[in-house]
This record gives sequence, structure tokens and C-alpha cells, in this order.
Amino acid sequence: MPTTLYDKLWAAHVVADEGNGVCLLYIDRQMLHEVSSPQAFEGLRAKGLRPRNPGYHLAVADHSVPTRHRDRPIADPQARAQVALLESNAREFGIELLTLGDPRQGIVHVAGPEQGFTLPGLTLVCGDSHTATHGAFGALAFGIGSGECESVLATQTLRMPKAKTLRVNVTGDLPPGVGAKDIILAVVGKLGSNGAVGHAIEYAGPAIRALSMEGRMTLCNMSIEAGSRTGLVAPDETTFAWLKGRPKAPKGVDWDAAVAYWRTLTSDDGAVFDREITLDATRLVPQVSWGTSPDQVADVTGLVPDPARLNDAEQAAKTAKALAYMGLAPGQALCDVAIDHVFIGSCTNGRIEDLRMAARVLTGRKVATGVTALVVPGSGAVKAQAEQEGLDRVFLDAGFEWREPGCSLCVAMNDDRLPPGARCASTSNRNFEGRQGQGARTHLMGPAMAAASAIAGHIADPRDYLEAV
Amino acid sequence: MEPFIRLSAIAAPFNEADIDTDIIYPARFLTITAKKGLGRYAFHDRRFDGQGRELPDFVLNREPWRKAAILVAGANFGCGSSREQAPWALLDQGIRCIIAPSFGDIFRGNCYRNGMLPVAVDEATHAALLADAEAGLELHVDLEAGFITRPDGSTIPIAIDPQKRDALLNGWDEVMTILNQRGDAIAQYETQRRQRFPWLG
Repeated sequence: MPTTLYDKLWAAHVVADEGNGVCLLYIDRQMLHEVSSPQAFEGLRAKGLRPRNPGYHLAVADHSVPTRHRDRPIADPQARAQVALLESNAREFGIELLTLGDPRQGIVHVAGPEQGFTLPGLTLVCGDSHTATHGAFGALAFGIGSGECESVLATQTLRMPKAKTLRVNVTGDLPPGVGAKDIILAVVGKLGSNGAVGHAIEYAGPAIRALSMEGRMTLCNMSIEAGSRTGLVAPDETTFAWLKGRPKAPKGVDWDAAVAYWRTLTSDDGAVFDREITLDATRLVPQVSWGTSPDQVADVTGLVPDPARLNDAEQAAKTAKALAYMGLAPGQALCDVAIDHVFIGSCTNGRIEDLRMAARVLTGRKVATGVTALVVPGSGAVKAQAEQEGLDRVFLDAGFEWREPGCSLCVAMNDDRLPPGARCASTSNRNFEGRQGQGARTHLMGPAMAAASAIAGHIADPRDYLEAV
Repeated sequence: MEPFIRLSAIAAPFNEADIDTDIIYPARFLTITAKKGLGRYAFHDRRFDGQGRELPDFVLNREPWRKAAILVAGANFGCGSSREQAPWALLDQGIRCIIAPSFGDIFRGNCYRNGMLPVAVDEATHAALLADAEAGLELHVDLEAGFITRPDGSTIPIAIDPQKRDALLNGWDEVMTILNQRGDAIAQYETQRRQRFPWLG
């Protein structure tokens, strides 16, 4: 019988069938960070347990780390203690750690793939909801809570209900100036914030095949914003080429054997999905969010919706609530919305390709007066690569700040935090109330639009800036 | 974890869709590495103003819901981040059962692991329970019997995976359960895995 990629990955990891659609699933790899792991390690300690396979885990601090003054101790004592705790736990339990001073340090979902820790065919988890990022490699990757982190450390397994399958077909070629972030924002808008709950998404079609690994990671990253814990792209030559030679990728005969297996990781022709949706890439316009939920998105050329014109009472209430928080008027053109902050970075858009795209828009231009703009590379490797290409100069010359790697303004746990009422053009993944600081307002978009908005001082269509280049 | 068997309590109505885990537990408190004592941060920015004063409109700041142990929430409750601080904070605040039309997947799983019962109900049931909650009436949740009893005596079945039900009723820790029941199966899987996927180490 033809089977889906998800079914293949699932079947390869079943340790025991627990009945009622639940299986005990083997977990090949886990990434650990400072926020969700302390309680998991504490759980091990309380039960007198040790990690079953310490070598299957990789620890790196990203959420609460400062993005300035890395040569000094962390100023916030609580964040300092939290990062120190990750380091001491890693030492105590024999787990590899990328320290804050390590050039490989970065956001878990950027640094892990760079090291080849992420591979096709794996099950990979992390106490972070954006773990679906690693699904870009054809790995069954999903976010978990701290209790589950403890289970993976102690047993290398998780009890999981099998998800339904949802295929998102993206047909045609993306027009110039439209990227992976625009695809995923449009998909989330189409599915709704809980439209894919209980489903594993597979992204397929010519527009997906044409994406680089960076683009595929951007895409899979935001699956959770439609409620899905898992996003997948079947591995192909793009995947293998990207992975070959990475420090933790298989070598020699192991590499050949692995690639032979990885080539089988596709959904068979005729495989049946529980649901399918299709998006025409050729008609896609750069997307921007206007609300407080990532499904509240529109074309950048569009208008802020009017709750009074919505037939669905629940949608109207959600829209009105969002507009009140966002300080937007119904019918306002999105391009007219003035911004005072720009953030380029995060596990969604903090990779080299994102920085290249933003730099392309910014070359020879300046950030508008009154706009504070920062770039936070997703990892030390991204930062080094960007500096080698001279991108840091482009950002600095334009008036951006060039920071050290971390989650920064995507989660606002460190000292990068926006004041109440601030409005940010952001390449991050969530526009929730208070996400970038209490009372701050977030507009989600791709890196080209964030750069264009920085120059314009208001939300701007990146195509107007790219064409001139 | 503490077993969940029966619970009779008033329910707080909080019928807003897409209440994400940033609203339940704001990120700036995530540098706290403790699991206990987080109740004061539950719904922090909805409960308190910038000076830490209670906002009188928020349901958990009003009588009789201040002591509610049940929350009747809106659709997609607990969407967003995987932070287990969200259920820890709710639990410490005294909430042990959450009833909603739907939940964020990770949040829902996190609840079970902490002796909390999330119950998904259809729209009509949700409306009825919301009315009970708004009237300040008690609901009786009986996981052992498998239903919720409304003040008018009508009952609503609790849909739950049997293993999760057993774990909640007995207060079982999942890690120890897996090790005790599946230790051999895991070792067997690992032997096969080394042959099939030698590159995984």
C-alpha cells in the first residue's frame, strides 16, 4: 500500500504499540536549552536516573542569552543562573554543550542543523514548539514540554498519539520578491491558528522543491502556528548537498548507506492524506500580519480588515480584539502603518540566506529616522559567514545594530525588549500580545519586507526595493 | 504527580479564543528555573497592571471565581509555545481542570503530566458549561466515573485516552511507567536500530 512520509518515519520508530492509536516512539535526538531543561534534569536527579544515551543530546543556551557584551558575565542574575545551570547539568549528565563562547553557539533550530545533528529520517525533539523546523530535512521533529524532555533523557522514548496527515501542495514558481516566509504566513492564514491541530503537515509541490534548505526550515518552523507540531519536507538532492561534510553528518560508507535510506523517505505516489490543501505560488504576494495571532495575515498591498464586515461573529470578535491591541483602524492600508522598530533574526529567519536577502534591500540605503533596527544572526556560524561576505557592513552602514546570536526579540526573554506601544516589523514567528515586550505590537513578515520597512519607516512592499537593485 | 480522581468546584468563565501560552505565562518570567510557586505569574498581564495591582475585570480577580479550580476556556486554549510553565502556573494558581472546545496540542499533553485534566467539548456543551460558570455554579468532574455533572444534573462524558486516564487516576509518573513496562522493548529496538541505521551511533 502506498504510504506517506509521515507514516514511514513513524513506523521506523515504533518501540511498542500502546493501543488506541498511541505508540511508544523511539527518539533519536534531542536538543536541550536553558528554559525547558532544568526541570527535566531535576526530575532525573529526584528519581536517581541518568540519561540512557548521553550522546543523543546536544545542549545550547539561546533563549535568555544577551545579544551584546558577550565578553562580560550576563547582567541579569536570573538569566546568568539559568545559563550556568544548563552548563552544570550538561557536565553532570555527560551531555555535549555548545557554550556561550563557542563559535557554534546559536538558536537550537539554527545551530543543530548546521552541525549535522539534524538528519533525514530521525525523530528529533526539543522543549520548544518551533522544533518542527528540523522537519525541513525529512526528520520527524516536534516540540515537547519539560516532562517529555525528562522522558527522552531517561528512556529515549515518548508515548505519542499518531497524528493525521495534511499535505500542503504549493504549485508553480514563486514570483520575484516572494519567499518561504510568505508561503508559510499564507498557509497559516488559510488553515487558521488551530486548523492543523492533531495533523502532521507535509509541504510538497514544485515551489517547495525549489526552496533552499534555509527556506524549507523557515517553512516548517511555523507549522505550530497552524496548530501542527510537525512539518515535513521530503529530503532530496538539495538536502543531501547541504548536509554533506557537516561535523555530525555520517561519513564515508555510512554516508552512502544513509543517503540510500534517505532516498526512500518520500510519500509514495497514490499515498492518501487525511487532508490536502493547495496554494498557487504564482499568485502569492508578500505577506504581513496585522493581528495578534499568526493566522491574522494579509497581502502587503491589502487593507486592515473591518470586523463589521465579517459574517462570522467569532471571527469578528477576534478581529476587533486584535485591532484594539494593535492600535489599527479597519480599512487602513497596511503599507501606511508606521513602524518604529525592526527585528531581523529568530529560528524562522535568522539564517544566512535571510541576511543576504535583507542586505540586498538595504545596500546603499539608510534606516528611516526614528526607527531602531537590529539584526541578530541565528548562530555564530551565520554571523561569521555574514561577516565574511561583508553583510555586517551593509547592515551597519544602513543604521542597523549587528548583534550576537540568540532568540532575542522573538521571545523577549533577555534584555532585548520593546517598550509598550512600540510597533515592530519583525521576521519572527509570533505576534502574540506582549510577545516582544508588554504592550508592544508585532507585524510578522519576511526579511526583505523587514528591511524595506526599516528604510521606509512604515510597512513596505519589498518588491518596490528589489526591482530597483 | 497528584492523582486526579474527582473534583467539585466552581468554574471560571474565560471564553476567549487563542489564549496562547505567552498570555498564560509571559516569557519574561521564563528565567525562573523552579517548577513550583509560579501561580502568581498565571495570566500575569491580564491579572495585574504595570504596578502589580489587580485588574478588577479579570475573572480570577472577581468573586466567586477567585478560588475557581476549573476553567471554562475558549477554543485553541494553550496554543503557541511548549513552555510547561503554563500548566505549572495554572496548577499553582489552583486550576486542575480546563474545559474548552479545543486545545493547543503540546499544552494539552503537558496538562496530563501534571495531574491536570483538559476536557474538549462540543460547541453546545461548551455554551452550557460557560453559562454554569458565569452563574458561579459548581461543576462535578468525576474522572473515575468518566463524566462531568452540571448543576442541573445532566452529564457530559469525558473523552480521554485510557492510558492517560489510568495515569491521572493513579498519579503515575510516565517516565517510571515506561522504564518499568517497556525497558526490554526499548533495548530490543536499540539492537535492531544499530543494524538498520548504523550511522546513528
